[in-house]
Amino acid sequence: MKKTLICAVLVLAMAASAFGASFKIGGTGPLTGGAAIYGNAAKNGAELAVEEINAMDGTVKFEIRYEDDTHDAEKAVNAYNALKDWGMQISLGSVTSKPAEATAAENFADRIFALTPSASSAAVTEGKDNVFQMCFVDPNQGTASAQYIASKGLAKKVAVIWKNDDVYSKGVYDTFMENAPKQGLEVVSDTAFADGNDTDFSVQLTDAQTKGAELVFLPMYYQPASLILAQAQAMGYAPKWFGIDGMDGILTMEGFDKSLAEGVMLLTPFNADATDAKTKSFVAKYQEKFGEVPNQFAADGYDCVYAYKEALELAKATPDMSAEEICAKMIEQFTTMTFNGVTGENVKWAANGEVSKDPKGMVIKNGAYVGLD
Amino acid sequence: MIFLNFFISGISLGSIYAIIALGYTMVYGIAKMLNFAHGDVIMVGAYVCFYAVSRYGMNPFVGVVLAMAVCTSLGIVIERFAYKPLRQAPSLAVLITAIGMSYFLQNTALLLWSSNPKVFPSIIGRGSFKLFEGKLSVSHVTVLTIATCVIIMIVLSLFISKTKLGKAMRACSEDKGAAQLMGINVNATISLTFAIGSGLAAIAGALLCSAYPTLMPTTGSLPGIKAFTAAVFGGIGSIPGAFLGGLMLGVIEIFAKAYISSQLSDAVVFGVLIVVLLVKPSGLLGKQLQEKV
Amino acid sequence: MTMRRLINLKRVEARRIYLTYFIVIAAYVICQTMSSTKFLSSSMRGMLVPICAYMVMAISLNLVVGISGELSLGHAGFMSVGAFSGVATAILLQKVLPFAPARLAIAMIVAAIFAAIAGFLIGIPVLRLKGDYLAIVTLAFGEIIKSLLNNFYFGVDSGGLHFSMLTDTTRLLKGGRLIIRGPMGISGIQKIATFPAGFILVMIALMVVFNLVNSRSGRAFMAIRDDRIAAESIGLDITKYKMMAFVTSAALAGAAGALFAMNYSTIVANKFDFNTSILILVFVVLGGQGNMLGGIIAAAVLTILPEKLRQFSEYRMLLYAVVLIVMMLATNNAEIKYFLSRLNPFRRKEEAE
Repeated sequence: MKKTLICAVLVLAMAASAFGASFKIGGTGPLTGGAAIYGNAAKNGAELAVEEINAMDGTVKFEIRYEDDTHDAEKAVNAYNALKDWGMQISLGSVTSKPAEATAAENFADRIFALTPSASSAAVTEGKDNVFQMCFVDPNQGTASAQYIASKGLAKKVAVIWKNDDVYSKGVYDTFMENAPKQGLEVVSDTAFADGNDTDFSVQLTDAQTKGAELVFLPMYYQPASLILAQAQAMGYAPKWFGIDGMDGILTMEGFDKSLAEGVMLLTPFNADATDAKTKSFVAKYQEKFGEVPNQFAADGYDCVYAYKEALELAKATPDMSAEEICAKMIEQFTTMTFNGVTGENVKWAANGEVSKDPKGMVIKNGAYVGLD
Repeated sequence: MIFLNFFISGISLGSIYAIIALGYTMVYGIAKMLNFAHGDVIMVGAYVCFYAVSRYGMNPFVGVVLAMAVCTSLGIVIERFAYKPLRQAPSLAVLITAIGMSYFLQNTALLLWSSNPKVFPSIIGRGSFKLFEGKLSVSHVTVLTIATCVIIMIVLSLFISKTKLGKAMRACSEDKGAAQLMGINVNATISLTFAIGSGLAAIAGALLCSAYPTLMPTTGSLPGIKAFTAAVFGGIGSIPGAFLGGLMLGVIEIFAKAYISSQLSDAVVFGVLIVVLLVKPSGLLGKQLQEKV
Repeated sequence: MTMRRLINLKRVEARRIYLTYFIVIAAYVICQTMSSTKFLSSSMRGMLVPICAYMVMAISLNLVVGISGELSLGHAGFMSVGAFSGVATAILLQKVLPFAPARLAIAMIVAAIFAAIAGFLIGIPVLRLKGDYLAIVTLAFGEIIKSLLNNFYFGVDSGGLHFSMLTDTTRLLKGGRLIIRGPMGISGIQKIATFPAGFILVMIALMVVFNLVNSRSGRAFMAIRDDRIAAESIGLDITKYKMMAFVTSAALAGAAGALFAMNYSTIVANKFDFNTSILILVFVVLGGQGNMLGGIIAAAVLTILPEKLRQFSEYRMLLYAVVLIVMMLATNNAEIKYFLSRLNPFRRKEEAE
């Protein structure tokens, strides 16, 4: 009986794909404006995965659409609604945290399943059973960073420079500050910057230097970090540097002097220089298609689509199902399945939507990542 | 010594604001309009310079000259198509058009050059002068920026006060109608003002990105607003005022970060601006306009 | 507005006011019917509340820019004050007052009061300045409000309300809730803003502004705008009237901020930055300074336009910029205006009047 059922489903599924039916998958992200680097990377990664999957002869096919949210919660909800009008069945949430919080509330109300590639604030998944994350949550990164620095004995006196108007930076900063003293670290310097004054870091660096920080923790994206590294070098200040996943991408900035990043440590789930077959093929195809080395956002977008493919196959979902039906199936799959992608092996999800994968400690040596362990 | 170091950082940052503010104030002084697209012309200049130097291996100074040529033409084109038709319109309409132009330039840059940040090659290297046995350091870029600012300031002041074209500019600034009656080609004069302002923007772009070397389509917008603030601070329309306002804004920003709170530095900077304007309602060196009754 | 006052108005003016009310009511009825019959796309339905909020912002800024003739570049700051105080009030009332519309109304009133206080405090120094200097000071206040809110923490627990600046030192007891969390803003907002509430707010804003404009004070505003010195010489208290317009405008903006914020599950101070202030100014200028109906229409059109341009994907914002420039040229260039008026017989008749 069971077998015939499976056969029937398979036949149905094949019939569906034979008719060219595919799952409508949609996401929002900043494709224009100051945060466009992140949105475009995630979009490119996801689109590459869709292209690959559609070229395979599997049962699951996708039709993908990304809408611009300019890193703004209001525009993200507009973009989400536009995707809903288009007929989105499963969602990639939003790329950045605040917009993702707004669209996640919509996803929850409309019962459309969401797996966000990179929105890492804890509030994105909080209280929503159908919103999942592909990246680690900010609080985990803060805790993991403090533990890492302490357990490896990297430093005792630590400085933190963080971005005062950014949810991501603040989220990591908060838990780092909470955990650092517990791990026996002394935070000697705590300085911030914001959007309008993110060019000159002499004050923050002087503060860290005069207070004798041996290590500077940088919970931020790579663009301001690259300025900090350059200015520290000009001042003759050479502490140890420790970044989080937003630091990934610094080596691929066009024109960046890689020697500045020598010795920078970071926790990241993705390494474009990794030698495993999956990463190699992804990086090669991405470079061929977009002319750039993929960063962590692209890798997260790529993994999201593959995770969906696996989950949909396991659930034997078909494109003629309603978003709500698929949502129920996806919740079931994502809480039970194990996924292997370019951003991690044996990735699992908790019922609250948080991903469990280990951040890998990396250090930059001769312009490339090397595992810290 | 740390105090002096902060002071120098403030001057470095301020010199960048100053050079951007010069362009703002120049256009405002003559054409009486706030050209909000100025920051984005700076960004275009920086990109042109980046491509010339990094991609095509040109000499940095050739790159800057090329950027000036491109920005000057861009300034003339923008003026011709977006601002000139609004010569008789209320000033707010022109302001909004300038903002539209700013969006236009940013989004064109996004399509042409992608959103990925690029690291700008410094036009004179990243070295610095060491003073007092290395306790103080002043980067070459800062010295170059201040020198450029002073040169531009002197040349502009001389140009405006001594040459015929400069006289025409001043006449247009005082009274467009009367200037027209005196046989001055008002349209050409204003176009020239934009051309000069945009050429200055290219230099500002190259210096901005040499000092703070990441380049994105939005690179010009926030420094643009800060520089606009600096221009008002110094008394908008006044060329030495823009220089002074820029330097002071930079120093205040750094001191606010260092001695008050790095988290509240923007609030402090703008707070000081408000206090200054209350004491001197037309900025530090601005002309107090006589009211006609 | 009392009937007598209306009758005393010039007929053209009265007709314009009635027309404005009529169009707003008609638009509401049409949208509400279409929305309830599922005739409206999700995309349009989702924009109804923000459009109402932006309309109120346009009306309120018009009072400052169009009627009293001062350029303000920091209007989003008042929206921000209103959004944060309003949402915080709504969250505090969540348990006491389960009836959502009442909670929304109280939140909007509190928001208006807080924004009015901010408007008054800012108005004292600001209104002594003129022209571009006034503009830059309002811009500065907008940035200061943003910067302060990014460093402001506010929570509630059984021991009462707790505030702190820079770092979170509220030390809430167990079961307490940190409502405003510095740069992370407010999360988990209940979405209680509704389209009818937005419509009512637009109507209230219109009534307040029309009433004010067509009163003794309103005539004083315009006299000051047109010739400050002459107005002063006949004994008008300039500061008083300017302050009146500024505070009223701030209060309306605060209420609009609360309405706007409660349409989303999350809000951050960075939303209300210089760009938002500029956007609202664009509504006012495009709609015609002092023209309430124009501002309302511009707010609706410019909110919907970027959404309708989505089909052009990466060229969307570029096209938006082009459309903005072209609209400014078309509405302000004498030649183009003349050309358009010849194409449009309706407009020519109106102008001849």
